[in-house]
Amino acid sequence: MTGVVAVIDYGMGNLHSVASALEHVGAERVVVTHDAEEIRRADRVVFPGVGAIRDCMAEIRRLKCDELLQQALTEQHVPVLAICVGLQAMMTRSEENGGVDCLNMIDGEVRYFGNPLLDADGGRLKVPHMGWNQVAQVRSHPLWQGIEDGARFYFVHSYYVHAAERDLVAGSVDYGVNVDAALARDNLFAVQFHPEKSAAAGLQLLKNFIHWNGQC
Amino acid sequence: MGLAKRIIPCLDVDNGRVVKGVNFVGIRDAGDPVEIAMRYNEQGADEVTFLDITASHEGRETTVHTVEQIAEHVFIPLTVGGGIRSIEDIRTMLNAGADKVSINTAAIHNPELVRESAQRFGSQCIVVAIDAKRVDDVDGQPRYEIFTHGGRKPTGIDAVEWAQKMADLGAGEILLTSMDRDGTRNGFELGVTRAISDAVQIPVIASGGVGNLDHLVEGIIEGGADAVLAASIFHFGEHTVPEAKAYMAERGIEVRR
Repeated sequence: MTGVVAVIDYGMGNLHSVASALEHVGAERVVVTHDAEEIRRADRVVFPGVGAIRDCMAEIRRLKCDELLQQALTEQHVPVLAICVGLQAMMTRSEENGGVDCLNMIDGEVRYFGNPLLDADGGRLKVPHMGWNQVAQVRSHPLWQGIEDGARFYFVHSYYVHAAERDLVAGSVDYGVNVDAALARDNLFAVQFHPEKSAAAGLQLLKNFIHWNGQC
Repeated sequence: MGLAKRIIPCLDVDNGRVVKGVNFVGIRDAGDPVEIAMRYNEQGADEVTFLDITASHEGRETTVHTVEQIAEHVFIPLTVGGGIRSIEDIRTMLNAGADKVSINTAAIHNPELVRESAQRFGSQCIVVAIDAKRVDDVDGQPRYEIFTHGGRKPTGIDAVEWAQKMADLGAGEILLTSMDRDGTRNGFELGVTRAISDAVQIPVIASGGVGNLDHLVEGIIEGGADAVLAASIFHFGEHTVPEAKAYMAERGIEVRR
């Protein structure tokens, strides 16, 4: 039983792709909402996000999505999947928009890639980090099931996450710097890439999520 | 190993059908955009771009419905361009399921649109399309100028300087089309591709003129592009995306397979 998946909608960008992809992999019901009751009743929660962090944080707080997310994590104890800016918003602080305080649900920073950004051989890397990169599964997790270590996922971001507690890192990618591509803690799995845009590997991850019991 | 170079099939769409013109004239019909996008998804295309080629001529809105259908069935990034003129147009396309929108003529008339939309929706979804033509200086030095209206109208704007300005305003990517090459199948205009790719930190998609798989390789290696866009070599079954990727990989280019 996959139950109801609530995709938290704080008005920043298109969430239909996430919802369509969840439905495509067999979610029984997907609701895109910021309604507290609907999220409280959900069996799983997705916390997505695109766009600039300052605007995202403002809307997250205005619509009290931070409280709903916290509640899903620690009171409902349902599986939670954070995506892209959703992950970044959960960190302590972001360098974007001149520095923005985030939700501090995960201790760590969101840093700018830098200009110039260079690879190990001194070659110049483009920013945003845009396209398909290989995610190393630095530890096993139910959400990696059926996905090859080093599989490519679709990324698009100019700021990257660095968690303070390195034990939380479940996936990483090298792009001039070491980027935390996936963090996992209890019933939370948070990814920098876009599983809903990552073809077969992404769909497999979403499928794993809707069947996950929230335990590592 | 690292970030893969991308192959992006482009669906030029007129009245809900995929077409590909030769220099935007003499159009051939290649079918249903939803079906074709799904086919490219299955083939392993890295993204799909949907361009409403009639929009800037006739002011026609791109078909939101087609975008919705593609987004429902295709789980790779989708870029929509053609006739995007305002924040409202961008919002409509993003809400329909586009991941990025490509702004062309409107950026020339109103560069602030790029800044405003990047601030509002994020740089990641703002692609600026540049249509460049070679117009050499009197001393024969290559220079590239931006043209509008399907390559008919010069603007006097230098393509390389424009790309830098667009990146500064917040564009997340440049889609560079050589109007000299588009539809010719003679390969990308590598000079301007290299010049712009070197000039900006954001990724550059090379477009215009792909006639064989070597052209894709040249666009990446000589042009320095991060992605290559092509239409007819894929639409008419001359090559599949996996063939193109295998060919590129044999020549040392990192691709997603």
